Amino acid sequence: MPLVTIDDIPVEVPEGTTILEAARMIGGDIVPPAMCFHSKLKTSGGYCRTCIVKVEQGSAKDPRPMPKPVASCRTTVMDGMVVRNITSPENLEARAGVVEMLLINHPLDCPVCDQAGECHLQDLGYEHGKEATRYEFARREFEPTDIGDKIKLHMNRCILCYRCVKVADQITDGRCHGIINRGEVAEISTYIEKAIDNDFSGNVIDVCPVGALTDKTFRFKSRVWFTKPVDAHRDCTKCCGNVRLWYQGEEVLRVTARKDQWGEVEDNADGSTAWICNECRYDKKNTSDWTIEGPSKIDRHSVISANHYETSLRNIKADTLKMMGSVPHGVKVELGTGALDPNNLHK
Amino acid sequence: MSKKLLLKNDHIPNINQLAVYRQHGGYAVLENTLKNSNPENVLEEVKKSGLRGRGGAGFPTGLKWSFLARPEGVSRYLVCNADESEPGTFKDRYLMERIPHLLIEGMILSSFALGAKTSYIYIRGEYFYVARILEVAIAEAYAAGLLGKNIMGSGFDHDCYVQVGAGAYICGEETALLESLEGKRGNPRIKPPFPAVAGLYGCPTVVNNVETIAAVVPILELGGDEYAKIGIGKSTGTKLISASGHINKPGVYEIELGLPVEEFIYSEQYCGGIRGGRKLKAVVAGGSSVPILPTELILKTANGEPRLMSYESLGDGGFASGTMLGSGGFIVMDEDTSIVKNLYTFARFYHHESCGQCSPCREGTGWMEKIIHKILDGHGTMQDIDLLWDIQSKIEGKTICPLGEAAAWPVAAAIRHFRSEFESYVQNPENIKDIKHYYRLQN
Ligand SMILES: Cc1cc2nc3c(=O)[nH]c(=O)nc-3n(C[C@H](O)[C@H](O)[C@H](O)COP(=O)(O)O)c2cc1C
Ligand code: SF4
Ligand code: SF4
Ligand code: FES
Repeated sequence: MPLVTIDDIPVEVPEGTTILEAARMIGGDIVPPAMCFHSKLKTSGGYCRTCIVKVEQGSAKDPRPMPKPVASCRTTVMDGMVVRNITSPENLEARAGVVEMLLINHPLDCPVCDQAGECHLQDLGYEHGKEATRYEFARREFEPTDIGDKIKLHMNRCILCYRCVKVADQITDGRCHGIINRGEVAEISTYIEKAIDNDFSGNVIDVCPVGALTDKTFRFKSRVWFTKPVDAHRDCTKCCGNVRLWYQGEEVLRVTARKDQWGEVEDNADGSTAWICNECRYDKKNTSDWTIEGPSKIDRHSVISANHYETSLRNIKADTLKMMGSVPHGVKVELGTGALDPNNLHK
Repeated sequence: MSKKLLLKNDHIPNINQLAVYRQHGGYAVLENTLKNSNPENVLEEVKKSGLRGRGGAGFPTGLKWSFLARPEGVSRYLVCNADESEPGTFKDRYLMERIPHLLIEGMILSSFALGAKTSYIYIRGEYFYVARILEVAIAEAYAAGLLGKNIMGSGFDHDCYVQVGAGAYICGEETALLESLEGKRGNPRIKPPFPAVAGLYGCPTVVNNVETIAAVVPILELGGDEYAKIGIGKSTGTKLISASGHINKPGVYEIELGLPVEEFIYSEQYCGGIRGGRKLKAVVAGGSSVPILPTELILKTANGEPRLMSYESLGDGGFASGTMLGSGGFIVMDEDTSIVKNLYTFARFYHHESCGQCSPCREGTGWMEKIIHKILDGHGTMQDIDLLWDIQSKIEGKTICPLGEAAAWPVAAAIRHFRSEFESYVQNPENIKDIKHYYRLQN
């Protein structure tokens, strides 16, 4: 098994593992952010360039460094490879450049965007970006359009990650969803006036890392942090029936696929991917339709957990103190982990 | 130093016709090779010749061919890159238009060496009339038994097709070309796998430039060793240069590699000097993507040696003081040229041609164009110049295909060598219409 070292942490991984997958096996801060790669979609990744890393040593056999940063999601590890992600200031600078590029034409309309709170671009900007933009020109604009009667496309927010195109290619039949035009004016589209009419089309919403594709049955109903995710299942003839219900009070506002800690659709127990059908997604919004399993585990230090878990208030206080730079000496603050003893806060 | 291999019969009337081409020795190399040689020998000769890819990167052709995977029972393809869309480059058009059979003979010879039963010539959409010339030539070749089954009784079968592109520069990038050839959107592929392993329709494929493939004919005619004696050092053979800009005689010239740049620009045999007797200001030596060099660095290297038309000499000094031979698109600018305006034209081109797959290129090319426009308009600031520099550095090396670099390098080089000109635009907004005064070379 190849041995790869990422940010000085060695890990042994199976043959054919990518740098990104190896980093995810290690976990923690050294995992590169991935906007276009999706573990359940073949040939995904390589486009957004947020996951770039520096390969300091190609392999034990050929120790030369790679001349350019590589996309960790599309580069397989070699035995003896040495990779730098967060321990290379140069790499962080390059990534900040990519993040800036992704944001220059983004409308920054988070206050009216349904994705806010579970948006990978928000996380990315927060964790890897700079405070201000240097872009001063008019931003690119498209009119919002409908993709079928259940999906809204806000092309302004799209980062052209190709994930939805891969879904259309790989899990729906008779693809009519793709990219038209070139370069900066490229846009997601369905063949003129042809909506995606397919049992699995709704999965494009779940793979979209930003608010470009949203569920019209949920649009403007709430904010994700006011809703509470609960895992549930039902016997479905079309899909696995394993879903996540998003409750506000007693009401199911939204049904989505279950996602893992990387925000990618989970596997079922049998190893198949837990894509869900449109019937489960749009038409089953009564608790009586479902067998409830319990609250979903939200691993990402996301605002989704903000209103539902005891530690949240403490975390917010800790985060605020940290931002204000007024954390008392000797108090260890770990962002979002709840490790802080509340008693210390009052000192 | 005037040696002609590719264009030696260019002056002969009707050399585009098969009968005339054959009267002047055409297809003799093919006949001889099919009768008396074998694929391994052809590959060996090409290796010995030291031929380097003429499409821009200068990768050794023999080596590229030897990388071609040869699994049993899987088709192999040769694809000729005739997309030629780099601003300043128009040599392939000339060759195909004038002597189409030279390319076709090269295609058959190269395919023989590679064991490819099918080959494609992918030609840019705007060259539709050249595609017609090629198609006529291919039909002539089929009729004469030079293409098709059992060519010249050798037992070698080969079919050659022309495919016209739809007019996107990016389809010149070899993997975008293959996607387009397969009928898909012309997006560059993420490598690996490389075309030598999984190219057209997933089969092992070699993609070569028109001129590279045509050069195989004289290589086999002379023998690899003899060919390698032409030129200088590792820049062997001859090269087609398409010269444009402020020179007296723009056009396509075949030069022996190693010709001094100064001689190329000023001698009557080639460019014939700067038009109107004006002074030389700068040269983009290898197509729009290579770094621009000011007079003092294009005529002489930083060490004061004469700069030669060769891969090594043009590259001497790295990007700090050198450039690249690239595709041979030689763009000459006289003393009245605005480098910033010229850069704007290039930046607009790359912005327009980005396929949009990767964020730095999709977003960065447009941003750079807008800033250069702002500076040209008299609204620029000193920070804009630094910002421009920073943006190009954030694109270079961070993209899927080299179009990102192609867009970044011209910006970097213009700022590196002509920063003061950008500054005059910034400092003299009120005189923007009459700015010539500031960028004109001083006597
Ligand atoms: C954006 C872009 C455009 C290109 N355009 C061309 C072209 O028009 N013609 C060409 O021969 N090579 C072009 N190339 C280079 C090809 O990718 C490839 O390297 C070349 O066809 C290989 O042939 P050679 O080894 O014979 O030079 C281009 C590369 C890039 C990145
Ligand atoms: S719509 Fe969403 S999933 Fe599709 S390419 Fe754009 S950002 Fe990616
Ligand atoms: S560098 Fe530009 S042209 Fe090349 S793949 Fe990326 S976006 Fe497309
Ligand atoms: S996640 Fe690797 S390039 Fe987008």
